[in-house]
Amino acid sequence: MSAPVATRHRRQAGAVVDKVVRRFGDRVVLDHLDLTIADEELVVLLGPSGCGKSTLLRLLAGLDRPDGGLVEVPAKRAIVFQADRLLPWQRVLRNVTLGLRGPDAQKRGREVLAEVGLSGREGAWPKELSGGEAQRVSLARALVSEPELVLLDEPFAALDAITRLRMHDLVRALRSKHHAAMLLVTHDVDEAIALADRVVVMRDGRIGASHHLRLSAAEREASVAREELRSTLLEDLGLAHQH
Amino acid sequence: MTEVRLEAPALVGPGTDRTSTRERHVFVPRDARPRTPFSTLRERLRWPLGIYTTPVAVLIAWEILSVAGVLAKTYAPAPTSIVKSTVDLWQQGVLGPDLAISLQRAAIGLAIGLTAGIVTGVLGGLLRSGEYLFNGVVQVLNTIPLLAVLPLMIVWFGIDELTKVLLISFGAGVPMYLNLFAAIRGVDQRLIEMTRTTGAGTWRLVTWVLVPGALPGFLVGLRFSLAYSILGLVAAETVNADKGLGFLITQGQTYLQTNQVFVGLVIYSLLGLLADQFVRVLERVLLRWRPSFEAA
Repeated sequence: MSAPVATRHRRQAGAVVDKVVRRFGDRVVLDHLDLTIADEELVVLLGPSGCGKSTLLRLLAGLDRPDGGLVEVPAKRAIVFQADRLLPWQRVLRNVTLGLRGPDAQKRGREVLAEVGLSGREGAWPKELSGGEAQRVSLARALVSEPELVLLDEPFAALDAITRLRMHDLVRALRSKHHAAMLLVTHDVDEAIALADRVVVMRDGRIGASHHLRLSAAEREASVAREELRSTLLEDLGLAHQH
Repeated sequence: MTEVRLEAPALVGPGTDRTSTRERHVFVPRDARPRTPFSTLRERLRWPLGIYTTPVAVLIAWEILSVAGVLAKTYAPAPTSIVKSTVDLWQQGVLGPDLAISLQRAAIGLAIGLTAGIVTGVLGGLLRSGEYLFNGVVQVLNTIPLLAVLPLMIVWFGIDELTKVLLISFGAGVPMYLNLFAAIRGVDQRLIEMTRTTGAGTWRLVTWVLVPGALPGFLVGLRFSLAYSILGLVAAETVNADKGLGFLITQGQTYLQTNQVFVGLVIYSLLGLLADQFVRVLERVLLRWRPSFEAA
């Protein structure tokens, strides 16, 4: 909260999570968890459902407070939620510029909508959009404020397989323009391999394993290294026997 | 176009007779259906009266029964004769001023009631302290019947305009507060959380999220307010008045002028109908974002 704490822990990092504890009643969801995200790094947080992924993300977002430890994140951060969470009574452009002030808000909103491939849809109502379009609007809403940290909470889980692949391409394209650290929470191993600089697997309220990915785009699609990583990740998740 | 096919043995279970007469649905464009004289007729008639179907049917039946002499004139005069009475009363210069004074009362009462209901509703909905200040009182007021307050109001404020106007504003204010309060509190919590994360300030949260999100509930409140204000108008005017629609009705009752009683009733119901249509238009303009349900 206070300024001295913020400067002391500033290590040129997108986000720092230091021995964070979060309990709900008797259940310890996060148990002295450590995680550091470097500037412009895309970390994928993988884990079975109910393991506390979303709890960690809400702590990073500032929507929840830890019971112990410390969370340090940039003030300029944005979240893409699992559901699009668009305001049904505002048109697409206003949904994007919701957090913006100033005279050039509209212009910036239009630019970001063009980046996610939705120019010309500024005047549409959210209920007129398809699931993929709506999630692209919420991506635009997150990126329009030029955040230093983007938190994505299973953003593509509700989309069909083809749309999800398109969204992965979009995220890669957006990363080259927007220089932000990203944390993407998912339970989809293939999504993790497609996007991550680093995959961390959560188990028992801590980061169980961490894998740096140094694969080219083609290698991420199909290669021996990819398959090895995939089976390692499944093993980390405790799913080795089923595959 | 590419087509990929994975050949697999067709799954035919034992005893499955594929040629058996299973029921199937076939869908084709609507105009492609063969036209029968009946369907053409039905399309041409297609409820030209809309929601007025039942009222018009009742009126026609009423007229027929009156002309046939089943309904006595003193109980329920025929609709045509009520219309005639209305015209007569208007020409005598009785109806015009009475209608004007009634509308004036309704307008002043509504203005006071809606203002109070909206201000307290917004404060109660947005602020915890506002809820503590107003919610208890209004919940109590809500359980007190409008008509039971009238005697007390006469004792307090006399039998002049003030009592009538206050009764109307009481009727209009309470439902507006209740609906607006519930509507503001009912705005999706996840949308409020999302708005906070975008860095939007409180003013923007109120003007872009809470107010438009509460509009559907506000319109429900407005509908109730208008209806109850007319109820209050009737109650206030029937008990003691020397002019206005209620006076017209009381006078008609005293002199057994059933026609005149019906004229008053018809005008009250028309006011109700107008109020409803007004809210419908508002809904169409303000709730454009909501794809409305349309029955087939």
